[in-house]
Amino acid sequence: MWEYTDKVKDHFINPRNVGFIDNPDGMGEVGSLACGDALKLTFKLGDDKKISDAKFQTFGCASAIASSSALTEMIKGLTLKEAAVITNDDIAQFLGGLPKEKMHCSVMGRDALEKAIAYYEGASVPVKEGEIVCECFGVTDIEIRRAVQENGLKTVDDVTDYVKAGGGCGNCHDRIGEIISEVRGKPVLVKPVPKALTNVQKIRMIEETLDREIKPALKKDGGDIELVDFDHNTVFVRLHGTCSTCAASQVTLESYVETKLKELVSPDLVVSEVRQ
Amino acid sequence: MNIIYVDNNATTRVDPVVVEAMMPYYTENYGNPSSMHAFGGNVATSVKEAREHVASLINASPEEIIFTSCGTESDSTAIRATISSIPDKKHIITSRVEHPAVKNLYEHLAKKGYKVTFVPVDRQGSLDLDFFYDHLTEDTALISIMWANNETGVVFPIDEIARVAKDRGIVLHTDAVQAVGKIPVDVQKTSVDLLSLSGHKIHAPKGVGALYVRKGTKFAPFLIGGHQEKGRRGGTENVAAIVGLGKASMLAADLLKGTMTEVGRLRDRLEQGLVSRVQNAMVNGDTASRLPNTTNISFEYIEGESILLMMNELNICASSGSACTSGSLEPSHVLRAMGIPFTAAHGSIRFSLSHYNTEKEMDFIIEKMPPIIDRLRQMSPFWNQGKPDDTMLTGAECPL
Repeated sequence: MWEYTDKVKDHFINPRNVGFIDNPDGMGEVGSLACGDALKLTFKLGDDKKISDAKFQTFGCASAIASSSALTEMIKGLTLKEAAVITNDDIAQFLGGLPKEKMHCSVMGRDALEKAIAYYEGASVPVKEGEIVCECFGVTDIEIRRAVQENGLKTVDDVTDYVKAGGGCGNCHDRIGEIISEVRGKPVLVKPVPKALTNVQKIRMIEETLDREIKPALKKDGGDIELVDFDHNTVFVRLHGTCSTCAASQVTLESYVETKLKELVSPDLVVSEVRQ
Repeated sequence: MNIIYVDNNATTRVDPVVVEAMMPYYTENYGNPSSMHAFGGNVATSVKEAREHVASLINASPEEIIFTSCGTESDSTAIRATISSIPDKKHIITSRVEHPAVKNLYEHLAKKGYKVTFVPVDRQGSLDLDFFYDHLTEDTALISIMWANNETGVVFPIDEIARVAKDRGIVLHTDAVQAVGKIPVDVQKTSVDLLSLSGHKIHAPKGVGALYVRKGTKFAPFLIGGHQEKGRRGGTENVAAIVGLGKASMLAADLLKGTMTEVGRLRDRLEQGLVSRVQNAMVNGDTASRLPNTTNISFEYIEGESILLMMNELNICASSGSACTSGSLEPSHVLRAMGIPFTAAHGSIRFSLSHYNTEKEMDFIIEKMPPIIDRLRQMSPFWNQGKPDDTMLTGAECPL
């Protein structure tokens, strides 16, 4: 049993943006059936040159599907320049983290995004250069170096978790070890700080979470909830129906609504009730 | 919450009757069977009775049964005991589809200088017997072949292998962890020298197993210590669990009188129901020689962990041979040895039943699986408008 966060489970059970955009502006395909996971990402640009729509098709485990779903949500509304700086760690962070053994799912998302942007820019489909280190999964030294640098990887197992190299026959373990020490001998690149959500993004996600997660649960007990305002990370809500007269409404707000919003939107949110 | 448990090759529910039989040994009957006083001596009597029940299940003599802590300990003991008592022979042979308890020990011994042969299987998971017999030599010390495979349920021809081993004077161990309790296992009819079984696969608790050692077989203890188990396995007996295994063995013998046939009927209902309702679904393993409780079905173009987690949402418990479930990156060694194509290996699901399952549960699974499969296929880039889409299949292949 993998320890997936609720957000990973949510994006797996209710994946956003499944599908394929006809005549896409960008398209990236990575992985293969043989390797156990594959992702096809397509996006469309709006008149403002921002990504107006993004869709994915994924073959793979729960975290591969969740990472793809997260990626499409993250890139919508971004310019290609903004999208291009998204790292695999950003995808993992968006999901509240991934099990270490599943980090390659986030790397697959990042790779598909890069390919899709290259497709738009008319760059030839990136050919794998460099020396093939892992024969089993076709991973080059360039990919391994990059994963080690960007994620501060220290061991062969780390490399396997992030880019799969070394996960097959194991013949390349020594070579991977050499690459790690080569890279770590030099200064390791500083990880870009994950971008904070804007207020507009937060409000959108709060509304979505209320509609999808919270309202249905409250309605089961004859209650309802309304978003009144959002200011400095405080979410102002009004309770309706049985909730508004319920003595336990404060418990509902704190232990359920706030917990859900912290988990699914942002950990710094506080919920406050507005009464008539 | 109603759990539909179809993962009985992983572990089984402890029978309430078994729990009841065990309880006194956790409470008032806490004596040590080795003690001189009657308080301990009575516990020794209970262990003796449990040994008789286990022996009876496989038609052995009680003194041929050694209690262990699990199936893996039984396997390790059998293999190490044999090679250490036949030090001049340096070749050992097994199959490519063994449980890790045998497979990984053989790989370990290969590194220690043993010449090791892994017998291949065909597409149906059946042993290549010609290859097998061709590779037996004067130097072969041990054959270890599972009686039935845990992933596919395929039953190997242990009778025939036992005859060949006897003719050639080679020691034969069989990992019968999956076979015992599901099909008749009789060491009088099948002349194996060593046989492993495990408690928690037959509705006894985890933490107890047994090793059958045929009278006259060369043996050396794995755990060296006290005189317990006639010096063949040191360490104070896990009395309650041993009593539980004894009770479970009695129950298993009863189940073999007809209930397992009924389990087989349920399995067939489930298998036919799924294969007829889901396209690009296929059964892995030789259906003509298979445990009655097991079916392994591949749902092509989707991945097993995703299927399992969707099933988990409905409280259906099964397992998969997919890479993602194992923590490794490769699909199960059993499916790879069988040459199951990657389109199918990653999406394999094993359903393993017990007599606790009902027809209603099978019908629930038959009803709920097709939408799960459809849903995941709609997400898959290898599936398009109700059929496989191979435009993306031409990418880099993993030559695993």
